[in-house]
Amino acid sequence: MSYSLEQSGIARRSFLRVGAVLAATALIPAKLWAAIARPEGAFKATALDATFAELGGTPEPHDGIIFTTPDIAENGAVVPVEVSIDESKLPGVTKLYVMVEKNPNPMTAMFMIPAGTKPFVETRVKVAQTCNLYAVAEANGKLYMASKETKVTLGGCGG
Amino acid sequence: MDRREFNKMLALGLAAGLAVPTLNRRSWAQGDAYDVPRFGNVHLLHMTDAHAQLQPIYYREPQVNIGVHAAKNRAPHLVGDALLEAYGLSAGTRDAHAFTYLDYVAAAERFGKVGGFAHLSTLVQRVRANRPGALLLDGGDLWQGSATSLWTKGQDMVDASKLLGIDVMTGHWEFTLGSDRVQDIIENDLDGHIDFVAHNVKDFDFGDPVFASHTLKEMNGVPVAIIGQAFPYTPIANPSHFVSGWTFGIQERELQEKIDEVRAAGAQVVVLLSHNGADTDIKLASRVTGLDAIMGGHTHDAIPTAVQVKNPGGMTLVTNAGSNGKFLGVLDFDVRNGKVKDWSYRLLPVFSELLPADPEMTALIEKIRAPYERQLSEVLATTDGLLYRRGNFNGSFDQLICDALIDELEADVSLSPGFRWGPSLLPGDNITFEDLMSQVAITYPSVTLTEMKGDFLKVVLEDVADNLFNADPYYQQGGDMVRVGGLDYSIAPLAASGQRIGDMRLNNTAIDPNKTYKVAGWASMQQVDGEPIWDVVARWLRSKKHIDAVDVKQPVVKGLEGNQGFVI
Repeated sequence: MSYSLEQSGIARRSFLRVGAVLAATALIPAKLWAAIARPEGAFKATALDATFAELGGTPEPHDGIIFTTPDIAENGAVVPVEVSIDESKLPGVTKLYVMVEKNPNPMTAMFMIPAGTKPFVETRVKVAQTCNLYAVAEANGKLYMASKETKVTLGGCGG
Repeated sequence: MDRREFNKMLALGLAAGLAVPTLNRRSWAQGDAYDVPRFGNVHLLHMTDAHAQLQPIYYREPQVNIGVHAAKNRAPHLVGDALLEAYGLSAGTRDAHAFTYLDYVAAAERFGKVGGFAHLSTLVQRVRANRPGALLLDGGDLWQGSATSLWTKGQDMVDASKLLGIDVMTGHWEFTLGSDRVQDIIENDLDGHIDFVAHNVKDFDFGDPVFASHTLKEMNGVPVAIIGQAFPYTPIANPSHFVSGWTFGIQERELQEKIDEVRAAGAQVVVLLSHNGADTDIKLASRVTGLDAIMGGHTHDAIPTAVQVKNPGGMTLVTNAGSNGKFLGVLDFDVRNGKVKDWSYRLLPVFSELLPADPEMTALIEKIRAPYERQLSEVLATTDGLLYRRGNFNGSFDQLICDALIDELEADVSLSPGFRWGPSLLPGDNITFEDLMSQVAITYPSVTLTEMKGDFLKVVLEDVADNLFNADPYYQQGGDMVRVGGLDYSIAPLAASGQRIGDMRLNNTAIDPNKTYKVAGWASMQQVDGEPIWDVVARWLRSKKHIDAVDVKQPVVKGLEGNQGFVI
């Protein structure tokens, strides 16, 4: 792998930084790469506080995160959730997480948001019992969150 | 003369040779209560939750209809004297009888039955006569609730509602006929007659709409949009297999988008025809903008006047029009220069005796019933006591069902769903097979006998209690508390979820969380095989022949001092 200053046109200082990263990554085996992308500790944590801790602390509530989950789940095994970011309020989101507080492992999903990508995800998560769900966004190295309760009920008896 | 007729004569003063007592309200006495003068230029007639009651019936309003937190002591959570006071009604009047349980039996004998499509039809025609272009809206739970509706898969009600002149409807129990049948009716029967609207039913995989979201009609030069809101929790409150592949929900954000869309398309009046339930309607009205009214149903609340709910866009009216064909709501808007200037709302009780039966509707109902008359009229037993269902806790009709389940299935405990439909029977009445079916006519009637540990029994009660008493109406499902046989318990509606139920006892012995009990039930959410509930209860009633006063179990209710939705 070689770079030419002339071809890339990047300044020397940037080159040095890129070079340093390349040098570092060259030493990391593929398995560890996955660990950098996927915060194993957060996925393995069994409580919400521990999950937050693994990511670097308790996120700050932020109204730029629009988090939609059903009030009452139609089927706890496949609960549709949607996270979208109002970028006028919260710019620079690079990662989105979805957590289900009372699941055995609260962390259920993580999404990398490459620069220039609209921070909007929709997925299905399993919700074991009635609890709060959290959407966490990482922007400029800080964590923000929105939460909403989804109820899981035995059903019946309606009307 | 049977006992009831005699009581009625007594109430009317006829047995003693006296003149018929003067009715309190002048309008009723003069027979002009149904002459509602035209107001404005946009007219919406509203009925909801008829539950397939084609014939006149009795329907006792609740004695227990508890409002919690923000809903405490406000409509619809006022019962009895508190309701009379709030609406300026006098005790002993027709209106007091229509809206409350007070002195129920005597008043019912005096004022007679309510509803019935032939009588309702006469009222609809009368109100429409001076309201050109008026629309008749039905909020759903129209096709379910009787023997004939079950046996004809809703066809009787579809035919009757077309003759009645319903223009727009949405749904809930309709869906328990199964998605194929619903689609079949919409395509083959309703097309060109009734718009079935529901903005909040979508395909689960792709989010495509299943039904038309709304209808836009011009009335006296004013474009009027009616958006449909089907019961948001259909696949949760009823078996999901009937609506496999469809997803529901309140869908507040999508509703706001829809309102904005129809406003942009020129609608000058926008109304949500809702099957949310009253508390959810009131919360929704406070959060979305651009609705002139939410005309709601589901919780069977007969709210005498329109509730005015403020929101960031102004004010939205919320009306709820009772159930079982007992009421007709009339909402008039005065629209000038594209804006609603004023409005008027009346909720008219349908007293069958004061409204002559429409001959055409009578003929249709006779035709519908003819093939089944023998089964419908079978007398299973007689009752000494009043049989009713509605109320947050056990009513006497459900107690009877619970008692029958315990006897017939040799169970320790029985559970029966907290349905709010089902007419009442007066002391001395026969209990016919038709009367029984009007309490149990559902498409998932199998009875079950389950071994349940004491701690799980508590989980079941807690789960239903939270569906009724959650502080946030968006987390409620709108039924009443599950009915119980054999079991005593206490309930603290204001306690946290999972901590409302206590003191569970069976025959004066505390329920052991680890012991297994035999629990009988019906209306399972799963597809199960079992004898239909009507066969079980009919067998029990035939063997009893006569029902003395039913001992109605009521839980010990805690922490509700000063709550006006609660009289025990």
